[in-house]
Amino acid sequence: MKLDLSLTVNGEAISARVEPRMHLVDFLREVLDLTGSHAGCEHGVCGACSILVNGEMVRGCLMLAVQAEGAEVWTVEGLTESGAIAALQEAFVARNALQCGYCTPGMLVAAATLLKANPSPTREEIREGISGNYCRCTGYHAIVDAIEEVSRA
Amino acid sequence: MNELSSVDRPNSYIGRSVPRPNAKRLVAGRGQYVDDLRLPRMVHVAFLRSPHAHARILSIDSAAARAAPGVVRVVTGAEMAEVCTPWVGVLHHLKGLKSAPQHALAVDRACWQGEPVVAVVARTRAEAEDAVGLVEVAWGELPATVDMEAALAEGTPVIHPALGDNLAFMREHVGGEPDACFADAESVVVQATFHTGRHTGVCLEGRAILADYNPAEGRLTAYHSNQAPHMMQTVFAKHLGLREGDVRVICRDVGGSYGIKVHVYPDEMATAALSKILGRPVKFSADRMEGMVSDIHARDHRIAARAAVTKDGVITAMEIDDLTGIGPYSVYPRTSAVEGNQVVNLCGGPYALRGYKARTTVVFQNKTPTCQYRAVGHPIATTVTEGLVDLAAEAIGMDPAELRRRNLLADDVYPFKNHANLSFEGLSHQACLTKLLAMMDYEALKAERDALRAKGVYRGIGIASFIELTNPSPFMYGIGGARISAMDGATVRLDPDGSVAIASGVTEQGQGTEAMLAQIVAGAVGVDIARVRVTTGDTETTPYGGGTWASRGAGIGGEAALQAGHALREQILVIAGAMLQAAPEALDVRGGAVVDRATGAERLPLEELGRIVYFRGDTLPKDLPRELVATRHYTPKDYPFAFTNGAQASYLEVDVETGFVTLLKHWCVEDCGTVINPMLVDEQIRGGVVQGLGGALLEHCVYSPEGQLLSGSLADYLLPMSGEMPDIQVAHVETPTKESALGAKGAGEAGTAGAPAAVQNAINDALRPFGARVFAQPFTPARILTALGKI
Amino acid sequence: MKPAPFAYARATTLAEVFDLLETHGDSARLLAGGQSLVAALNLRLASPSVLLDINGVAALRGISFADGRLRIGALTRHAELGADPLVAQHAPLLAQAVPHIAHAAIRNRGTIGGSLALADPAAELPACILALEAVLVLASREGERRVAARDFFQGLYQTALRGDEVLAAVEIASQADVPCTLQELARRHGDYAIVGLAAQSARGALRLAWFGVGATPLRTPRAEAALAAGDVAGAQAALAGELDPPEDLHGPPALRLHLARVLLGRAAAALKGH
Repeated sequence: MKLDLSLTVNGEAISARVEPRMHLVDFLREVLDLTGSHAGCEHGVCGACSILVNGEMVRGCLMLAVQAEGAEVWTVEGLTESGAIAALQEAFVARNALQCGYCTPGMLVAAATLLKANPSPTREEIREGISGNYCRCTGYHAIVDAIEEVSRA
Repeated sequence: MNELSSVDRPNSYIGRSVPRPNAKRLVAGRGQYVDDLRLPRMVHVAFLRSPHAHARILSIDSAAARAAPGVVRVVTGAEMAEVCTPWVGVLHHLKGLKSAPQHALAVDRACWQGEPVVAVVARTRAEAEDAVGLVEVAWGELPATVDMEAALAEGTPVIHPALGDNLAFMREHVGGEPDACFADAESVVVQATFHTGRHTGVCLEGRAILADYNPAEGRLTAYHSNQAPHMMQTVFAKHLGLREGDVRVICRDVGGSYGIKVHVYPDEMATAALSKILGRPVKFSADRMEGMVSDIHARDHRIAARAAVTKDGVITAMEIDDLTGIGPYSVYPRTSAVEGNQVVNLCGGPYALRGYKARTTVVFQNKTPTCQYRAVGHPIATTVTEGLVDLAAEAIGMDPAELRRRNLLADDVYPFKNHANLSFEGLSHQACLTKLLAMMDYEALKAERDALRAKGVYRGIGIASFIELTNPSPFMYGIGGARISAMDGATVRLDPDGSVAIASGVTEQGQGTEAMLAQIVAGAVGVDIARVRVTTGDTETTPYGGGTWASRGAGIGGEAALQAGHALREQILVIAGAMLQAAPEALDVRGGAVVDRATGAERLPLEELGRIVYFRGDTLPKDLPRELVATRHYTPKDYPFAFTNGAQASYLEVDVETGFVTLLKHWCVEDCGTVINPMLVDEQIRGGVVQGLGGALLEHCVYSPEGQLLSGSLADYLLPMSGEMPDIQVAHVETPTKESALGAKGAGEAGTAGAPAAVQNAINDALRPFGARVFAQPFTPARILTALGKI
Repeated sequence: MKPAPFAYARATTLAEVFDLLETHGDSARLLAGGQSLVAALNLRLASPSVLLDINGVAALRGISFADGRLRIGALTRHAELGADPLVAQHAPLLAQAVPHIAHAAIRNRGTIGGSLALADPAAELPACILALEAVLVLASREGERRVAARDFFQGLYQTALRGDEVLAAVEIASQADVPCTLQELARRHGDYAIVGLAAQSARGALRLAWFGVGATPLRTPRAEAALAAGDVAGAQAALAGELDPPEDLHGPPALRLHLARVLLGRAAAALKGH
């Protein structure tokens, strides 16, 4: 069984037919080839699939694609092209706040969400804000540095 | 102008925190991880895995699965064995190591919960999983050998009867005069039994392979999330009946590895074999739950240990008895005996002991196989060694930092061979400790701890010195018969536009390998780093090499690149000399141009040299060599390993009511020789520290008595997240290795090596007023409260 | 880790929900925030034949206050709960609980109704509802019935909800200016607590609702009485007879009992300092 699905992804109107069982991050990756969002655990723990749905950060693995009917979805690809997270991206590169890069798209969404709600967070608040996003490589310190730098700019 | 040293030239990027060239792509979500790739006619595989720790496969009924929507093929172990030969994970130099043949899919019997048994190939992963649910296996459950302590006991089932017993490997080592030291009536003997919990790597990108066998060419191309493409080329060829030259392994972006992705996994071998069977691309992308039971585990050790210390503070001897359970097979081709072997090698390593005695006993059990994972054996050895040192300090009433100062190897004793027969070329234990204590302001921290203690706030300071094995020579694997290259090559090429291309045998999994290579070559040739591009991770286009593991990328791959860069510069200068009617020795390459060596005046941009050589060779002398490409290889020869060293400290608070530990700050001073990119090295160290902290406090593969993994999801296997991790301050002492011109040693594992020991010592420092101690990782609230006598 | 196939239907009115429940019976699952359910689907721990998405049902939304009672629609997401001024005023215990629930992304989707209907014994909101002595409004074609929180949680993941019913809302008598505290011990930010305590003062009495210590959220009346009388040690002692926590990966039952006593002491101090 497949259902019709219409939504906006990165500002582009999308129509597709999808199986109800397909979660949103698989839809983005498999159907739309937006492979920047990653399926790291598929049970809502790692945060690698963090994306924006109607302006709010969600776990792409804990939402079915069919639930995004009519929604406005933004992924790292669109956020890059729009420049919405350019300052964070620049700081992540400059401070080496990534190694393998697998967590980075989700981490950037978490960081942008944090800074939107709290433009001048303390280091502790930054750590809390990204505490749902797993990074095995960096030790988090450089990520906190990068977000802190952007918050002070 | 003085002659410039090889690493101190214009355009030298050695020691500079240059951003990684590949990072921009990754922050834009434009990485290319295996699961991002799609090929025409590609199909997906899912595996039926054994639900039992040990069971006979009585029968398999796959009729319903074969008929399920989208299913392309269902393959059992017996069918798989016709295409993919089994392997045995032993190495000759690990004397006595034995293991049983392991198949890509279990044949007749499954030996751990999670072992792949049946492969189902379908159009989509979801359809493959649907059909896996329809395969019916009749299991005959067998008694499982789970507890490593009982593995060798009378009456415990022998997992592989043909091997005779469950003993995989044992090694004993005695150096110096340990017995005399322990017998000395003037010495105090301290002892403890340490447990390091079983861990796994949890790379955020699960293991993945997209295997594309083309029957028309008889060639296999494997896009693989892996650290060692050339090793896998050999393995695929050998076990699938192909010639090595007919196998190409491509490792593009790899989403974390840490040693997890350098082993041969049955499901990945099965995927390659399925591609050969089907003649079309097959993708396997391990999901998190199957990763938890099929990625290698590590560090499941129990170590009984003791140390002798004189009353005036000389640590004279250590003795350790290590036991480790490795699962039912020694993992191929590196073997699962290495970790225990490293524990024997590394305990006591930083200290000037008079005697050392060590034994490791490596046993089979019905759990997920263990093998080399970041800092192999180091966190175990350091936890034991540094735990003993703190016990010794307490026993004789000496400050633990002072006891270390008195016993760490002096910085001027090198070269030095210790009682474990390790050869150290040059270490800096004393300098690192001094720097660490200054950086953390040790005396002020102690005063703060003591003042708070009086107010009922229990903080602790823990220090750990350590050694780290890096830049392995053929003595690590090659000597034992494994086709794992200790040598790496780099090809450096000048293109007509004056840009430089590097192809290297070492690989990138986020460490910054490509940045490091670009930095070295830009300096060696004399061009801006922006004009350098790097290719790694492709057996077809890079020089043969070992890949990136055991902290060898910079020290070995970097040296090869340095030498190749120098060779290219010499080639450029010979050609430029002919063009400019100058002696090559009077010229140099700086800033992307040939310059006058003495004055620095620009004589010829490289793009002009390139234009002439490539397009107007007719204008050059006939006998002038025109090579603008150079390949160099490097392998360490003087020392089996380039040891590094360092010291870490942890400052933390224990809530003695709840047993909760709050990490307040962490420091690490380490010496990896020449630091090529401080920013990258620092974050390598920090990432390693957090991996160590995770193991010390949170991570644990817990099994039921029946051999079921109980912490098999990320809700139960607790990974270190940002909220609980401290800021980590890193500093360096630089003792370059004299073996190479670059002088770089490895830095990838130092953080993990020392962090758990520092935390253990800090917790025990915090608990000291209560006479309580913990030596079993992870240091959970339950264990701390038990030590405090509260539960 | 892909879900088994299922059909999917969206409802926009309660009547549609009831129709769908009647048609599909036990093989259907209601999908609210999905933050537990979709994970269970991915893991194939749940495999309903049809999912009924109730996110579009307007009647299940909204937070209102009338006649001294706060009404919280079942589809209220955790983030909304944590930010709502009426909740902060009349049920501050809930507002205190929200930051402890998982992480921001989860709080943006997860709903109070979903959390209560799932009845995870380690979750914050069921215990808060118990401490608040809230009333759960269960809707079916026959109309609404009201069930006290203490009667709603019946066993491990078991509630008073019938197969033809939907949890519509939660009603709470205003607790404005009445001291309350939420205490929990979790290994990491956002983890389920090893032990947690939702404590709500109430006209000289005290309600203690525990989570993570049994099959359901639990009240401990003897400890409540002792604490209300100012006897913290007595209340802590009483817990031994009132809590029978399970053993799990965190540790033995004694761990949770000990931690519960510690939390009780901390809650008492917090309430006193209120």
